[in-house]
Amino acid sequence: MPFIANFPFFCILITMFGGIVTAIVNGKWAYRINTFVVSATLVLNGSLLLFMVKNPQAITYMMGHYPAPWGNEIRFGPLEALMATVFSFVTLSALVCGKTEIFDDVKPKNLHYFYIMINLLLSSLFALIYTNDLFTAYVFVEINTISACAIVMAKESGKTLAATMRYLIMSSLGSGLFMLSIVLIYGITGQLLMVPMHDEIAAIVSSGMFRIPLTVVIGLVCVAMAIKSALFPFHTWLSHAHGSATTASSAILSGLVLKGYIILLIKFIVRVIGLETIVSFKVLNILFVFAVCAMIIGSLDAIKETHIKRMIAFSSVAQMGYIYIGISLGNYWGLVAACLHIIIHALTKPMLFSAAGGLACASGHKKNFDDLKGAAYRNPLAAFAFVIGSLSMIGIPFFAGFASKYFISMAAMETGAKMWITLGALAVSTVLNAIYYISAIKVIFTRTDAPVVKHKNSASYVVGMSMLIITNILLGLFYQPVVNIIVKGIELL
Amino acid sequence: MKKNNWFSKIIKFVNGEVSFDFKEKEKEVRRDTTHIEKSLLQRFVEWHDASGFKVFRNFYAAASVVIAMCIIGVLITTVSYMPAYGEFSNPVNNEVTERYIEKGMEETGAVNIIAGVILDYRAFDTFGESCVLFVASCSVMMLMRKDKKGKSEEVFTAYDPKRDTIVKGVAKIIVPFNLMLGIYVVLNGHLSPGGGFSGGAIMGASLILFSSAFGYKKVSKILTEKVVKTVTFISLTFYAFAKGYSFFTGANHIPSGIPTGTPGDIISAGLILPLNIAVGLVVTMTMYSFYALFTREEI
Repeated sequence: MPFIANFPFFCILITMFGGIVTAIVNGKWAYRINTFVVSATLVLNGSLLLFMVKNPQAITYMMGHYPAPWGNEIRFGPLEALMATVFSFVTLSALVCGKTEIFDDVKPKNLHYFYIMINLLLSSLFALIYTNDLFTAYVFVEINTISACAIVMAKESGKTLAATMRYLIMSSLGSGLFMLSIVLIYGITGQLLMVPMHDEIAAIVSSGMFRIPLTVVIGLVCVAMAIKSALFPFHTWLSHAHGSATTASSAILSGLVLKGYIILLIKFIVRVIGLETIVSFKVLNILFVFAVCAMIIGSLDAIKETHIKRMIAFSSVAQMGYIYIGISLGNYWGLVAACLHIIIHALTKPMLFSAAGGLACASGHKKNFDDLKGAAYRNPLAAFAFVIGSLSMIGIPFFAGFASKYFISMAAMETGAKMWITLGALAVSTVLNAIYYISAIKVIFTRTDAPVVKHKNSASYVVGMSMLIITNILLGLFYQPVVNIIVKGIELL
Repeated sequence: MKKNNWFSKIIKFVNGEVSFDFKEKEKEVRRDTTHIEKSLLQRFVEWHDASGFKVFRNFYAAASVVIAMCIIGVLITTVSYMPAYGEFSNPVNNEVTERYIEKGMEETGAVNIIAGVILDYRAFDTFGESCVLFVASCSVMMLMRKDKKGKSEEVFTAYDPKRDTIVKGVAKIIVPFNLMLGIYVVLNGHLSPGGGFSGGAIMGASLILFSSAFGYKKVSKILTEKVVKTVTFISLTFYAFAKGYSFFTGANHIPSGIPTGTPGDIISAGLILPLNIAVGLVVTMTMYSFYALFTREEI
C-alpha cells in the first residue's frame, strides 16, 4: 500500500484534532488554526486526487488492526478523492471570503466555538465521503447534524434561533430514520461494513427472502437522506436556516452539508444495494417524482421571495431536484450527472451566497431587493461573481451549470417514460431559474438617484472570491476532465 | 390629493368629528353605485387571515397523527417479517460475532467483550461518539453561556433547586458511594460490564446531585470552566493520539507494540483501560457542564 493511502485518515484526524485544540484558544488563533487545518486537508486531498488520476484504483484502509467484517474501514477511489478535494477547497474559500462577516456576526466569546464546529463539520463530511461502514456513517451524521445546527445558531438572533430549532427537529428526524434503517439492515444481513453487506444482500435478493424488510430499509434510507438534503416535501427548514445564518455558514451549509448526505446515498445505492437491484425495488421512482416537484416548486418559491439570501436558498431546493433526478434515473450516466452537479453546485452556491453577502454589506447589511438597488455599482466584484453564478445556475453554455444539465438530459435519453418528464421539467425549471436570477441581476444593476459610494472589500474577501470565480469559470470551460474522473470513480465505487 | 378620500374620513370618524350615521350613508352609497365582487384570491386571503391559521393547525395535527400511524403500521409489519429473535440460524449469528466471542479475549485482552469491540475492533466509531459529546457540549456552551457583565446574580440562581435537609442528608450518604461506583465502573470497564460511557454517566450524576444539594459554589471550587475545558481537551487529545497511532500502525501492517497483558488483571487489555478513563472523564465533564449551563448559564 502506498504511503499516500494514509492521507484520507490524516484528513479526518487533523480536522478532528483541530477542533479539539481550538477549544482552548481564543477567536483569532481559532481562525488561524482553522485556516491551517483546512489548507492542510486541501493539500492532502489534492495530492490524493492527483495520485488517483494517474493510477485509478479503489483502496481499502483498515482503521485498526482488524480486517473487513470485524473492524472499521475507510475506502476510497477517484470519486471520493475528487469530492473531498472540492469540499476542502470550498470550505477554505467560503471561510476566507466570509471572515469579516464572521467576526462581525458571531460574538467574540463564541468565536472559537464557531471554528470548532467548522472543523468537526468538515471532519464529519470527510468521514461521510470516505467511510466504508454504515454505522460509522451514522456516528458522523450525528456530528454533522449538531455542528451544522450550531453554525446556523452562531449568529445569535431571534430568527436564527427559530431557524435552528426547525433545522434541528427535521434533521434529528432524518437521523432517527437512518438509525432505524441501519438496525433493520443489520438484522437481515448481520453486517455493518458496506462490501460484506453487498454480498449478503445479493444472496438475500437471489433467494427471495426478506423482500419486505429490504424494501422498507431502502425507503427509510432514501427518506432520511432526502430530509437531510432538503428534497422537495422536506425542504421547509432550508430557506430559514440558510437564509438567516452568517454568510460563510450559509455557503458551507448549502454547498457542502447537503451534498455529504447525497454522496452517502449514492454510496448506499451503488456499494451496498447495487444499482440493478435498487432499480428492481422501484423506490427510486418515488424519488423521481419528488425531484421533479422540487425542481419546479423550489423555483416558484424562489420567484416569490424578496430576500436575496432566501431566494438563493430556495434555488438550492431546485438544484437538489436536479441532483436527485440524476440519481433516480437509475442508470450509470444519471449517477455521473448527479455527481457532476454536486460538484458544480458545491462550487457555485457558496459563490452566490458570498456575493449576496458582499452586495448586502455594500447596502447597509440589508438583504431585501428594495435595498439592494444599484448594489452592483457599490460592490462590482460581488456583482460580477453574482452574475457568473446566476448564469451558471440557469445553465447558459460555457458556464458550469450547463454541463450538468447536458449530462442529465443525456442520461434521460437512455430511459423510457422518464425521458419526456425529465426533459420537460428541465426546460420549465430553466425558464423559472432565468426568471428569478435575471430579475435579481436587473435589480442590482438598476441605478438609483443616490450617489454611488464604493464599498471597500476586505483583502480576505477579494482573495476568497477570486478563488471561487476562477474555479467556476475554469470548470465551465473544461468540465470534461472532471467528468472523466467521475466516470472512473463510479466504476470503482 | 383629494381631501375627502376614505382615509381622511376614517381619521375624522375615529376622532369623533363625524357622526355614526355618516358611515351608514357612505356604505349605502357605495353599495348602490360601485358594487365590486371580491375576487377568489381576495376572499381566500380574508378567510385565511380570519380563521385560516386555526383550520390549518387542526389539519396539520390530524395529518401528523395519520402519518405517524401509517409509519408505525409499516414498521410493525416490517418487524413481523424480520428473522425471529434469538434463533440460531439468524443472519446476525455469522463469522463476525463468532470471532468477537471466541477470539475477542485473546486478541484484545479484555474480559468484557463489549469493551473489546467498542474500544478495539470498532474504535473509530467510539472516537466519533466521544466527539459527538464534545460537539454537543460545545454547542450548549455557545448557546447558554452568559455574558460576563450586565446580569445580576439572582437571575442565574433562579433555577438552582432549594437546598432542603432531606436532599442534603441523602446526598451526604449517596454521593461518596456513587462516585466510588462510577470510578469502579470506569476502571473495571475491560473486566466487567460497564466502561467509560456508563461510569462517566454515574460520576456525572453524582456531581449533579452534590451540586444540587450543597450549592454550585462548593463544586466550582474544583470544577471551574477552565478545569472542565482542560480535562476534556487532555482526554480527547490522548484519545486522538492513542487511537491515531493504533489506526496508523494497523493500516500499515506495523505491529503496534502495545502489550495486552493477562486477561483478568486490572492492568491489561492494552489501550482499553486508559481509553475508558479518557471517555469516562469526557462524559462526566459533559454531563456536569450541561447541568450547570442549563441551570445558571455558567460553569
